[in-house]
Amino acid sequence: MKQASGEKCINLKLKVWRQKAEESNGRLESFKAENISKDMSFLEMLDVVNEEIILSGKDPIALDHDCREGICGSCGAMVNGRAHGPEKGTTLCQLHMRHFSNGDTVVIEPWRSRAFKVVKDLVVDRSAFDKIIQAGGYISVNTGGAPDGNAIPVPQEVAEKAMDAAECIGCGACAAACPNASAMLFTGAKISQFALLPQGHPEAKKRALAMVGEMDKQGFGNCTNEKECEAECPKGISIINIARMNREFLKSSILS
Amino acid sequence: MKLDSKIPDGPLSEKWDRHRFELGLVNPANKKKFEIIVVGTGLAGASASATLAELGYEVKTFCIQDTPRRAHSIAAQGGINAAKNYQNDGDSIWRLFYDTIKGGDFRSREANVYRLAQVSNGIIDQCVAQGVPFAREFGGQLANRSFGGAQVSRTFYARGQTGQQLLLGAYGALSRQIAAKKIRLFTRRDMLDLVVIDGKARGIIVRNLVSGKLEKHSADALVLATGGYGNSFYLSTNAMASNVSAAFASYKKGALFANPCLTQIHPTCIPVKGTYQSKLTLMSESLRNDGRVWVPKIPEDKRLPAQIPESERDYYLEEKYPGFGNLVPRDVASRNAKHQCDIGKGVGDTQLAVYLDFKDAIKRDGHDAITRKYGNLFEMYEKIMAQDPYETPMMIYPAVHYTMGGLWVDYNLMSTIPGLFVLGEANFSDHGSNRLGASALMQGLADGYFIIPYTIGSYLAEASHDKVDEDHKEFNTSYNEVEARIEKLISIKGKRTVDNFHRELGNILWEYCGMSRNNNGLKKAKKLIKDLRAEYWENVLVGGSEYDFNQSLERAWRVADFLQFGELMVTDALERQESCGGHFNENYQTDENEALRDDKLFCHVSAWEYRGNSRKPKLHKEPLKFENVELTQRSYK
Ligand SMILES: Cc1cc2nc3c(=O)[nH]c(=O)nc-3n(C[C@H](O)[C@H](O)[C@H](O)COP(=O)(O)OP(=O)(O)OC[C@H]3O[C@@H](n4cnc5c(N)ncnc54)[C@H](O)[C@@H]3O)c2cc1C
Ligand code: FES
Repeated sequence: MKQASGEKCINLKLKVWRQKAEESNGRLESFKAENISKDMSFLEMLDVVNEEIILSGKDPIALDHDCREGICGSCGAMVNGRAHGPEKGTTLCQLHMRHFSNGDTVVIEPWRSRAFKVVKDLVVDRSAFDKIIQAGGYISVNTGGAPDGNAIPVPQEVAEKAMDAAECIGCGACAAACPNASAMLFTGAKISQFALLPQGHPEAKKRALAMVGEMDKQGFGNCTNEKECEAECPKGISIINIARMNREFLKSSILS
Repeated sequence: MKLDSKIPDGPLSEKWDRHRFELGLVNPANKKKFEIIVVGTGLAGASASATLAELGYEVKTFCIQDTPRRAHSIAAQGGINAAKNYQNDGDSIWRLFYDTIKGGDFRSREANVYRLAQVSNGIIDQCVAQGVPFAREFGGQLANRSFGGAQVSRTFYARGQTGQQLLLGAYGALSRQIAAKKIRLFTRRDMLDLVVIDGKARGIIVRNLVSGKLEKHSADALVLATGGYGNSFYLSTNAMASNVSAAFASYKKGALFANPCLTQIHPTCIPVKGTYQSKLTLMSESLRNDGRVWVPKIPEDKRLPAQIPESERDYYLEEKYPGFGNLVPRDVASRNAKHQCDIGKGVGDTQLAVYLDFKDAIKRDGHDAITRKYGNLFEMYEKIMAQDPYETPMMIYPAVHYTMGGLWVDYNLMSTIPGLFVLGEANFSDHGSNRLGASALMQGLADGYFIIPYTIGSYLAEASHDKVDEDHKEFNTSYNEVEARIEKLISIKGKRTVDNFHRELGNILWEYCGMSRNNNGLKKAKKLIKDLRAEYWENVLVGGSEYDFNQSLERAWRVADFLQFGELMVTDALERQESCGGHFNENYQTDENEALRDDKLFCHVSAWEYRGNSRKPKLHKEPLKFENVELTQRSYK
């Protein structure tokens, strides 16, 4: 395989959060990342560092990742205090090293949120999000017997808005970036998707109450309109969804 | 062993109905007495888990990721096919069936493919009912686009994130059953072995990826939906955790492996940039609806694309295949791209790329229309390549994408081990030697929502077995073997990392068992892989320790299997002395360099039986009978 020509390399100093397990104490450990091609992704840079750690007989840095194209929501960490790093609208796996300069110090820490416990190093437990969905983030239809797909027309703009909300990848950046560790953007996006679509209406009332209730139960905080979630969301999910959720919640509370 | 595909009698269009009538049923009150294990939460596994739980079975569902929603299916971009004929452009169940059979170069079963086309429409209805936000026309009707290998517009989509939206729909259904306590979910678990008792699949051994501890789980029947083995090649468009290990463990326990050499190389991926690269990124095939593929007419032309005038551009697909143009099937598009690069007409730094140009489409439809269709793909491209595809053509090159081969299953989707059912990309069943775009999502959901619920019921109704205890000696034997293999991997403490070996295996497979193959190369590859495997077990260096969250160990286990499986791929490729679809043996091509089948000798499924690490696996052939379509030389002119 031919190497791309004109490849530019940089050297970085990393400070990475190391924590053996949930109950252990963590600390920052320093590593050198040298000869890093600017075309590499952030995770490829970490691959290089991890290969060296393994060769030196030590324990590699643990980090969730899978698709490496910004859609599965596995990856994520605070990079110099920013969720998913300095680029807007980008997951960590899609962040490229061309956004860093030679000699930079890069501090990498796990998501911080009351509801996300550290599993190891940069890996956190985000099952609280699953619990919120289990509380009502679906339309209750069994397989079989659905009417024809075109039976209920959905205006294009409604479908597009629902899709804007549905694009959430469940990475947790919103809750990690929020000073209150709130999961309102995540929850609001799902509630919005179904509040917008006609298919979601029959259960709308029950859904908003159940999902919001579960969100509180999981230990996520309240929204005080800091807008950090929207700013750090790699998919650009808008805080309009939080407003929509509040409306849905209010409607349900009044009605019940 | 005689392979019985259990294809029902009768006319093609009546087989599935008749079969469903003849299948045994489990009394509703009895369903809760049966436990079913589902491994995998991609489209196939999530849809199966949810549907089986809705029916009343007790389901235990496993996946590698921290949540079911992150399965590899989430990354599918372009769309899902169905024979709705909403566009009134001549589509029908028969046409979808025919396109799929032909696209697969006549190496799949008529009955399976017909059933797939039949249930396709119900999938769309189901997903709409779940609230999947498919793209809509202004009038509110569902929108469609076209995909390679078809001349009708039958692909449903949700921007460039169709897989995500379909998976989230299935994940919602799964979550609902978890809340109802009908599904017990086990995340961060890696299936490392299958437990067979009295000839039936009865359980699995999994590693808890957080604690490192092994666990035993038993059931009355098992569903494997663990995806494809494209990562054998190291670089592919698959997610990093995609693996062959669960399927391979089943193969070692007696499930035959069908057509392992049939892999799909997708024509539109972002080209390889450097040796550090960890994976390749797909640019959805839907882009070929509007993008035009070209290279400079003269080899070694180093000018920038904008400097190359129209008259000096070679739109080779439009030229060579006027009927389908840029929408020829994937295998054809990929081989043609490779050919252009082989003769020196490749572009970019590495010259291993061709252009995919949107200039004309933007001029025709406007910037906004293109953004609506492909916005996220253009963004993804720009992030990786630091080039704006609205301004300059994309550069693309083929990459490993999908595997048509998989565990052999009969019409009921049951493997050769009774009680082990295999769904989705992990089975071999519907795509022959080349899969058409937007058909994998269709197949995964067909298997999970609409087929397995019937066929597994019939198996359970007829299976008269007792419950097994997780202390059964077969569980213990399996457990001990897995533990020993892990200890061995950790204890080698050699000099080369797991990834280093994997990369080398990938290079061998790409070079000799990739887009085109020949007998000498394949023989060479076989030897190279054997040697590499031998070295692996002496010289691999696994970081970290056994009872810990250890991603190096996870990969070490998978690569050990890829190394063994790679040899099976090559063995299968050598055995199939013809070209068909994704398997292109240079010795067998038409005058126009198209794949030349040999229907006399190779119109069969090759299913391999494991006979120990040191013996060659045994080949079983399932003849393919074509009673409804005529075998022809594929033509897309
Ligand atoms: C980038 C990309 C784009 C694509 N776009 C399209 C498209 O537009 N249209 C289309 O039809 N097809 C597309 N495909 C193909 C399609 O996405 C896949 O074939 C399909 O999603 C596979 O689904 P699956 O359910 O069989 O398996 P997967 O989605 O791969 O899921 C596998 C599941 O098994 C689990 N698993 C695997 N191994 C183990 C183990 N050992 N132990 C425990 N659990 C395990 C995983 O955790 C996961 O939950 C695309 C593929 C790629 C790579
Ligand atoms: S690895 Fe999937 S979003 Fe980053």
